Amino acid sequence: MLSMTEKERIEEEIRQVPLKRAACIEALKIVQEQRRWVSDESIRDVADILDMSPEEVDSVATFYNLIFRQPVGRHIILLCDSISCYVMGLKSIHAELVSLLNIQYGQTTADGRFTLLPNPCLGTCDHAPALMVDSDLYRDLQPSALAGILEKYT
Amino acid sequence: MERPLTQHITFPPLEIRQYEAIGGYQAVRKALRHMQPADVTALVKESNMKGRGGAGFSTGMKWSFVPMNVPGPKYLVANADEMEPGTFKDRLLLEGNPHQLLEGMIVAAYAIQATEAFVFLRWAYKEAAVVIRKAIQEAYDAGYLGKDILGTGYSLEMHLHTGVGRYMCGEETALLNSLEGKRATPRAKPPFPQVSGLFGKPTIVNNVETLSYIPHIVNKGADWFKSLSRTADGGTKIYGVSGRVNKPGAWELPMGVTMRELIEVHAGGMQKGYGFRGALPGGASTDFLIDKHMDIQMDFAGVAAAGSRLGTGTMVILDDQTCPVGFVHNLEHFFAQESCGFCTPCREGLPWTEKLLWAIEQGRGRDEDLDLLLRHTEWLGPGNTFCALAPGAMEPLQSALKYFRDDFERHIREHRCPYHDPVTAAPASAHLHYTHHL
Repeated sequence: MLSMTEKERIEEEIRQVPLKRAACIEALKIVQEQRRWVSDESIRDVADILDMSPEEVDSVATFYNLIFRQPVGRHIILLCDSISCYVMGLKSIHAELVSLLNIQYGQTTADGRFTLLPNPCLGTCDHAPALMVDSDLYRDLQPSALAGILEKYT
Repeated sequence: MERPLTQHITFPPLEIRQYEAIGGYQAVRKALRHMQPADVTALVKESNMKGRGGAGFSTGMKWSFVPMNVPGPKYLVANADEMEPGTFKDRLLLEGNPHQLLEGMIVAAYAIQATEAFVFLRWAYKEAAVVIRKAIQEAYDAGYLGKDILGTGYSLEMHLHTGVGRYMCGEETALLNSLEGKRATPRAKPPFPQVSGLFGKPTIVNNVETLSYIPHIVNKGADWFKSLSRTADGGTKIYGVSGRVNKPGAWELPMGVTMRELIEVHAGGMQKGYGFRGALPGGASTDFLIDKHMDIQMDFAGVAAAGSRLGTGTMVILDDQTCPVGFVHNLEHFFAQESCGFCTPCREGLPWTEKLLWAIEQGRGRDEDLDLLLRHTEWLGPGNTFCALAPGAMEPLQSALKYFRDDFERHIREHRCPYHDPVTAAPASAHLHYTHHL
């Protein structure tokens, strides 16, 4: 069930647009902000409030890279895997992350702390390689700096 | 040398009073008080400003297609979904001078008589979201947005929309679908968005760099704009270089600088121990240029004459220590992942391309694979797909097969990657089976 806050915020978004369903992406963002991911139940709840079918809402949810349809960790690591980072040492950054976290792309650490995902170009190619943890951008990465970066997130 | 776009970039960016103190929002006053909407469009057309998002279409021409005597809402959208691999120019403008973008948007919106404007910002640009949200509020408070702007009778509402990640959102009709809350799949054209765009209303979508230039063209005129360039394509351009150079970065330079000047002067030359083999001149979806192209002028016509595209103007360098097959595999992995799946050649052809390249990179390639790859560049080429994603994906592949064919053949002949041992050193993008949609 959607919380009162979620409901109010989604209804506020609906008022901003000419058609209810045009608030679909905003509604999914609101749910994910509260719960970190979007469950099947939330898909049905969002569908109800927007007068859409759950399938239609899910077709939107699964289209976008950053709407999560499985539980994720407390912190999301987005490793840029595009071309400038590839040229500038992505391989060694990826290897070090896998070794520190003991997980592969798409997985979450056993303690629920981190989920590791590849991400298309982060748009900071003159400072490659780069990654983001939640909203924080880290650039000019060296493998040796990664342990220190991860320590900041509990 | 004048650098109108970047001369007032600071971190943190100028607040509205500081921006006004250096002449900011004068173009809004001039356009809204002293020019007819059609005059603004005519001026931009006369300047020969070509869109900086990659396609290079005349901005004034695009605006002139908007029907002016239709009642009801019209929309202006700033495409700030910068996601072309190797491209980092709009981030600079968004984070470093948000009011310049807003001012350009207000003038552009006035020219087409838009009622609402959107900044469509990619999710990853967190800092940009903060400064743009603040700048929009400041512009409302100062009376440059909202009802009856500066007492001229013109009204405009502006919103910030942050995306949820998909390369397709950079394509303007897919972007509009996303703004409507839908999957970002491209729309059939015609009708063009200028006539039937967001919610079926006339809509203009322009790139951030294009819109940021508008205040300067209004203030200083079309002839001034043309005079900044070394070629017939007017203005300055933000060029960038990334890869194994000494000083990667982005710089505003006269349109038409050469690749040699960009690499050797501005980017400080190749790093010690690394040689130049080729470059994608304007992002992942442009054909390679090689040594013999060093002295061509990097404008729309010059790069096209060399068989590639200026694209976004931000160059990615292939050095002699990086495997060209692995390099192109990384690009095709991206395109295969980001294909929206709507049309068959793109949905099926890009994963096939990626797998062929990965087999070659791992030493499992067959002689006939090169012909198969070449045929993909035709099957997925212009005219065979619904939008420009797959044809763009084929540009680096077709030129790599032309310029670096020896490397491809050597992989197949020696059953290995000559640049590294594929068993111990598989690139991270080897993970074909991870789910990027969690």
